[in-house]
Amino acid sequence: MNSPFGNPDRPNSYIGKTVPRPNAGRLVQGRGCYVDDMVLPRMVHVVFVRSPHAHARITGIETEAAMAIKGVLRVFTGADIAEVCTPWVGVLAHLKGLKSPPEHAIAIDRACWVGEPVVAVVATTRAAAEDGAALVEVDYDPLPEVTDMMTALDGETPVLHPDMGDNLAFQRLHEEGDVDAAFATAHKVVEAHFKTGRHTGVTLEPRSILVDWNPGEGQMTAWHATQAPHMIQVVLAEHLGLPESRVRVICGDVGGSYGIKVHIYPDEIATAAIAKIISRPVKFIADRLESFTTDIHARDHEIWGRIAVAEDGKILAFDIDDWTAIGAYSVYPRTSAIEGNQVVNLCGGPYDFKDYRAKTTVVFQNKTPTSQYRAVGHPIAVTVTEGLVDMAAAALGMDPVEIRRRNLFADDAYPAISPAKMRFEGLSHHASLAKLVALMDYDALRVDQADAKARGIVRGIGIASFIELTNPSPFMYGIGGARISAQDGCTVRMDPDGSIVAASSVTEQGQGTEAMLSQIVAEGVGVPPSQVRIITGDTQSTPYGGGTWASRGAGIGGEAALQAAWALRDAILQVAGAMLQCAPETLDIRDGAVVDMADGADRMPLSEVGRIVYFRGDTLPKGLPRELVQTRHYTPADYPFAFTNGVQASYVEVDTDTGDVKLLKHWCVEDCGRVINPQLVDEQIRGGIVQGLGAALFEELHYDAEGQLLNGSMADYLVPMAGEMPDMIIAHVETPTLESDLGAKGAGEAGTAGAAAAVMNAINDALRPFGGGVTAMPFTPERVLRGLGKLQD
Amino acid sequence: MKASVGGYARATDLRHALDLLAASDGMGRVLAGGQSLIAALNMRLSSGDLLIDINRIDSLKGVVLAGDRLRIGALTRHAEIATDPLVAQHAPLLQKATDLIAHAAIRNRGTIGGALAHADPAAEFPACVLALDATIQVEGPQGSREIPAAEFFVDVFETTIQEGEILTAISLPIQEANERQVIHELGRRSGDYALAGLCIVRREARHRIVCISVGPKPELAIAAMARLDEGDEDGAVAALRDGLDPPSDTQASATYRRHLVGVLLQRAIADLNGATA
Repeated sequence: MNSPFGNPDRPNSYIGKTVPRPNAGRLVQGRGCYVDDMVLPRMVHVVFVRSPHAHARITGIETEAAMAIKGVLRVFTGADIAEVCTPWVGVLAHLKGLKSPPEHAIAIDRACWVGEPVVAVVATTRAAAEDGAALVEVDYDPLPEVTDMMTALDGETPVLHPDMGDNLAFQRLHEEGDVDAAFATAHKVVEAHFKTGRHTGVTLEPRSILVDWNPGEGQMTAWHATQAPHMIQVVLAEHLGLPESRVRVICGDVGGSYGIKVHIYPDEIATAAIAKIISRPVKFIADRLESFTTDIHARDHEIWGRIAVAEDGKILAFDIDDWTAIGAYSVYPRTSAIEGNQVVNLCGGPYDFKDYRAKTTVVFQNKTPTSQYRAVGHPIAVTVTEGLVDMAAAALGMDPVEIRRRNLFADDAYPAISPAKMRFEGLSHHASLAKLVALMDYDALRVDQADAKARGIVRGIGIASFIELTNPSPFMYGIGGARISAQDGCTVRMDPDGSIVAASSVTEQGQGTEAMLSQIVAEGVGVPPSQVRIITGDTQSTPYGGGTWASRGAGIGGEAALQAAWALRDAILQVAGAMLQCAPETLDIRDGAVVDMADGADRMPLSEVGRIVYFRGDTLPKGLPRELVQTRHYTPADYPFAFTNGVQASYVEVDTDTGDVKLLKHWCVEDCGRVINPQLVDEQIRGGIVQGLGAALFEELHYDAEGQLLNGSMADYLVPMAGEMPDMIIAHVETPTLESDLGAKGAGEAGTAGAAAAVMNAINDALRPFGGGVTAMPFTPERVLRGLGKLQD
Repeated sequence: MKASVGGYARATDLRHALDLLAASDGMGRVLAGGQSLIAALNMRLSSGDLLIDINRIDSLKGVVLAGDRLRIGALTRHAEIATDPLVAQHAPLLQKATDLIAHAAIRNRGTIGGALAHADPAAEFPACVLALDATIQVEGPQGSREIPAAEFFVDVFETTIQEGEILTAISLPIQEANERQVIHELGRRSGDYALAGLCIVRREARHRIVCISVGPKPELAIAAMARLDEGDEDGAVAALRDGLDPPSDTQASATYRRHLVGVLLQRAIADLNGATA
């Protein structure tokens, strides 16, 4: 369609401009209100005794000493909770063959990972609950652990869940074309083994929930740091035996989520169950140490990959064998199979080639469950794909930019379907690559690299193209039977003073959703953003919707907001036309006032429309609609997902004596369609890149062979910090999706998708003259030195 | 987690602190900057401690020059060490070390006395004071005594400070003309504990070398020092690597650490021979 947002001089042109965040002042002044800031009358605190064993039978629980602590009110075992809370199973119908046993909120009889809740202690203070928890005695009979991913399916490995038959949770093989023939006849075949480090999200605010059960109303209210309030409402209702309508989930300020807070956690559900049992508000705040063993983990993959190329650099085929281990249960309700599934869907994604084979094997193990974390599966697929493409280029003696130019889907190839059967509406790989090459001054950088080498300084340049799945339709979860909404709604109303209130089902996690919504509504209605108040995160007062995940807030929630705002504008102008005795089409709303469409001449302020509608409706023609509240919903329907694309580059310096890698600079050009707020999008990209750089250099959860987490603290699990972060240059190509009027696709995960691969390729570019290379993340100084062959044992 | 503390008392002077410590029945913990202690309490690594806060004791603060020795009060903060002109002139190694210690917020609170009494082998100051041949002054019920740095550190988090004693000051010989003091380390991120580090002091052609993060306590690398005194740089590197039995952990293996200290020594020697050290 012809974009209504193309002309920057149009009236009310807030879409596409950096507009200040409406909640920034409040948050900066320390006026945020997070779950842990909430205090309710008669509120109590719950602390969980957690399994110290990776796998053990629970043979006895002694709670007397805990109950004797002053302030301790109740102690609950798994059996106690199971009386009011049913177990869940994390499978979805469209992930064929995925299996997982029932999981209880608190373990009964058997604990399956270090950190699984075994006993809940409720007390009047958190400190008293901790004192009590320290005195609970649990007898365990250790069972053999399954901890090694690659031997999980071997005959001699114990079966973790005997009822499941084996340790295989899910497997998927996708084959397109004649892969074996392509490899047999290719000019060059390159293969490599990659590992991505197991990590976790490390949100600034830990997981937090406060639940109140009011037996007088039969209503449960949960204040929850969550990405998906409506999904939580469904789950609480289903497993606690309540009507959905009697569960209200309120999501106030949230201190970062990154996908961590979109899952069902046993301790959080147990907290709700306890509130229902004791009819008192119960608060659970995960502390930093228990976060490391109980927040979902992700990215624990080993991948064998092969690429076949022709002499001219044309990619002929990819062959991918991906393995991942997901813990003892598939996480409810989104499952733990999506990550591996995404690797199959996304490998080779930017490239126009024919023959493709990819398999993912997902196994159970006695570790913390894994599930979706920012850019689910993408960093793995991009690492394998871009790593292989660079290795193929090196084998051919071809420049890494050139091999990409010869293989990326042409910018006029759309609509297109990838060998993995992903459907692309419109991407801009070549325009993005061209912009990146210009932005980084690629040729000059190669000269700098050569100059540095002459001075004994080893530097490398790495490129990584990527695609990113955003705006998921019901094809992501709904078709699998999950009550996870892919649509979102927005209700926009005008109050008597002419101010606007918009209630949306997408949520604010600290990333700027409310800023994005306020400027869309401001433009759609025709008022300054400062006149728009936004309500999110309350299942009782916002429309029904999906929330924040899979880079969907702006593309889906934003479109609903735009349509609702336009509808309200039309409704206002209908009243204004009657008041001014003219056709509504001859009027417009600009800067909070009704004006003549033709020349912008002021006719009356919106507050005058409000005064008449709300206080002197008698003066309007009888029967004139005066509905100054409008609601619209939006569901993507033409494509299962709105794919975006982009390309990143990294410039690094490697100390070949110590293995230390210094990030010199990072670039990203990405195409998220319509950019609504350039600053917010740029900072989303930067934040995403930072998490990708964490994957590349720092983040990795280590377990020993007994399933004990070895580095579950901020001292040992290294998150990326400002001191190591390079300057990041961000730019955009805009290919709006034609499916919506707004044209926005997602931007929240693109940075994470490609950053680690760009760094890997940069390090390998630096190491290649020495005959070395690295493919196991994170690239610690030791791994780099070993990649150089400088450490012998 | 919430700390489970047995009690708290703020000492008004050193005598008061010693009395509180004597009355604590072994549960007393001296609270200085609190940058390790408070974290440990908050993780409930220890509980029931009676905290004796020495932060208001003025006699434990400050840096003074006394003849050919520098006296640094135990309560001197890392950030003060970083900017103190006497330290810069007479013990530049300590000043250089502060650049490598954690982050600004921690340096604003952490104290040199606390760092030494805590005796973390991954910390910089314990290695520095040994390389500088300092003495550690402690005060107890029976009066004060001086402990050579070489006899102060016993094991991980363990020193020869006796029950009831408080570390009061560090005394060290001031830098001589032509003396060189160098510290090198490599951490995964700026401010992290080093994977390995190394201090070296060259005084009248004699060298003192102490490594960081490679063993249970800071120790003089005697064999490497002897090689270096003879001018055998490669021999010093080999001797240093051979003499170490560093730990393996999730950050790096013993093999890597052994390699790294050799690289750091090579670089430190280059610094010693340059004009910048």
